Amino acid sequence: MITNISIPLMADVHSRGEKPEVLLWVGCSASYDTRSQKIIRSLCKVLNIANVSFAILGDEENCCGDPARRAGNEFVFQMLALQNIQLFNQYQIDKILTICPHGFNTLKNEYPELGGNFKVQHHTQFLLELIEHGRLKLNPKKSSSLTIHDSCYLGRVNGIYDVPRKIMEALKIEVVELERNKKNGFCCGAGGSQMFKEEEKGLERVNTNRAREAALTGCKTLATNCPFCTTMLMDGLKDLDKEDNMEVRDIVEILLDHI
Amino acid sequence: MMSQIIFILTALIVIALSVRYYGRIVQNIRLGREIRLKGDVTWRLKQVLLIGFAQKKMFKNLLPAVFHLFIYIAFLITVTELIEIFTDGIFGYHRFFASYLGWFYTFIISSIEFLSVLAFVATLVFLSRRNVIKIGRFWNPDLKGWPFRDANLILLGEIILILSIFTMNGADLVLQGRMPEHYHPAGPFLISRFFESFFNHFGTNTLVILERTGWWGHILVVFGFLLYLPFSKHLHIIFSFVNLYFTPKNQRGEMENMPLITNEVKSMLGLSDPEVIQNAPEQIPDFGANDVTGLTWKNILDAYTCTECGRCTAACPPNITGKLLSPRKIVMSVRDRAEEAGNYVRKQKKQSKVKTDIPQTAVNDGKSLFDYISKEEIFACTTCNACVEACPVHINPLDVILQMRRYEVLTNASGPSDWITMFTNLENNGSVWQIPAARSAWIQQD
Ligand code: SF4
Ligand code: SF4
Repeated sequence: MITNISIPLMADVHSRGEKPEVLLWVGCSASYDTRSQKIIRSLCKVLNIANVSFAILGDEENCCGDPARRAGNEFVFQMLALQNIQLFNQYQIDKILTICPHGFNTLKNEYPELGGNFKVQHHTQFLLELIEHGRLKLNPKKSSSLTIHDSCYLGRVNGIYDVPRKIMEALKIEVVELERNKKNGFCCGAGGSQMFKEEEKGLERVNTNRAREAALTGCKTLATNCPFCTTMLMDGLKDLDKEDNMEVRDIVEILLDHI
Repeated sequence: MMSQIIFILTALIVIALSVRYYGRIVQNIRLGREIRLKGDVTWRLKQVLLIGFAQKKMFKNLLPAVFHLFIYIAFLITVTELIEIFTDGIFGYHRFFASYLGWFYTFIISSIEFLSVLAFVATLVFLSRRNVIKIGRFWNPDLKGWPFRDANLILLGEIILILSIFTMNGADLVLQGRMPEHYHPAGPFLISRFFESFFNHFGTNTLVILERTGWWGHILVVFGFLLYLPFSKHLHIIFSFVNLYFTPKNQRGEMENMPLITNEVKSMLGLSDPEVIQNAPEQIPDFGANDVTGLTWKNILDAYTCTECGRCTAACPPNITGKLLSPRKIVMSVRDRAEEAGNYVRKQKKQSKVKTDIPQTAVNDGKSLFDYISKEEIFACTTCNACVEACPVHINPLDVILQMRRYEVLTNASGPSDWITMFTNLENNGSVWQIPAARSAWIQQD
């Protein structure tokens, strides 16, 4: 197990005249939210273990712009996006890895229209590739099971459902599907910039509804692939007093336990 | 002869009214702004075949899909039968095609009968789903008043149509035996043959009247449908196919770009080519949509296509958790407002006697989409795309919501206060939160 994680900065790597295999896009959540920081650190550890050369933009990184765009502020979105694209071009980046499905979607599907064409992968896609290419030695544990929450932006929006499930298969973990799963999956309540404002009044919060469904499976772990979903569902379980019965963990954290 | 004249006159009136009603809808749709829709003809036809004819998205839910299919195929066949109705009606023949087509005629009419029975069963099932079992998505406040009656009315029309067909064919079969010189041999058909003994109880005169009543009943219901559709959610039986053809081949996660803003931002960041700056428009238009004229014509076509089935709302997380937002209501509101705006413009045009096309700016009746859709609704959306996924005819309620958000935020410079703070943070620090720490501070911690 590596104790010291190496997280190179793009500016340093670039000044050495090197080019990393991938640029790791951190995003707002993993930069500032303590829970999400654990996720990105796990990802960096896994990348270290698999000997992937990567770098982050560090202080040069801006928000990807998704929260602004979805909240209707195209102006702020384009300010952020155009600056990011300029930076990517400056470092001649061609492959980007994101930890957040929102960054993934925006960089992959919305930057091209603004002149930014890069190969973008969500971290779960990249991890599955590492596994399939034998770059990660897995150490499956005894039989275990968990349930999966598909984030809207990886699932319904980009049609990626099999990647997390294939990773679980490789880890020999049985997946208990939620009642509303895959295409019929239920939002955690964070998307469309809801994460950054109060919910409108209603009977209950969206995350509580989803957390209750997850708790009903009786599984000990709820696997996620989005830092916002992770936060939302942890809060939901807390509201239901179920936080001791069920852990919410990103797929990369689960993977790290099996290496 | 008399009946031929009546038929031709009725048909002409129906055609004239149709041109008028459907023409209005086309005008209303054209109130929307232009948009470049991605996708080529092959891809578009594939959508029509798969989602339209093969009803791929309906089959997510088997039972209603099967019953819906019965009615739908019965409808398609009834449309082909219109050819016979018109030939017979205009030229005064009786079953003109029977002698030419022979066994094939018997086959066609028998299939119509068979499907009519299935459609009859389906209609009863649907009526009970709406009125007896009271399935949630049909008892939602979205459907109060007209939409609810609309749904039931058309199901009743369906029943009258089916009864007429059997009265016509059953009476005809008996008459063939009694007056072969007028009623040429045709059939017996698959289902109506079983009614022969029933109709045998009637006198010949009664039968002649019954047969004509059936014939007229069924053509009048068909004409009625045609004229009723423009005012009904059942317009989808025609518009679904059109709408599917125009499905944009965009990625779901891709919002429409706003090139004006790109130019503006580029020049602020010193990135733009001088040419672009010169081409900048004098007057800055409204950003986003506060009315149907700000939406795309595709959004309005979507609204006319909506079947009001509520699959979108039944999947919408804010709605399920009791928020005001209902994607179905959003779509229905667009249609209502398009009707209102269109009527207003037509009235204006009539008064000022303008001959030209309606300009979009002419909709100045002092009303807007926001009279139909509240801010509370548009701000509650999580952009989860569940509604887009759920819609069996590829309608995108989310697209309308996001364009209205753009109007509220960009043009109205308003929005939830938390968002305003977030925008400031994004502009000042490039981050959604206002945090004093450097963005890269997390690297150091353990
Ligand atoms: S995208 Fe918005 S309107 Fe559509 S289902 Fe999700 S929350 Fe509801
Ligand atoms: S938008 Fe689609 S899913 Fe929603 S009510 Fe209309 S037809 Fe049904």
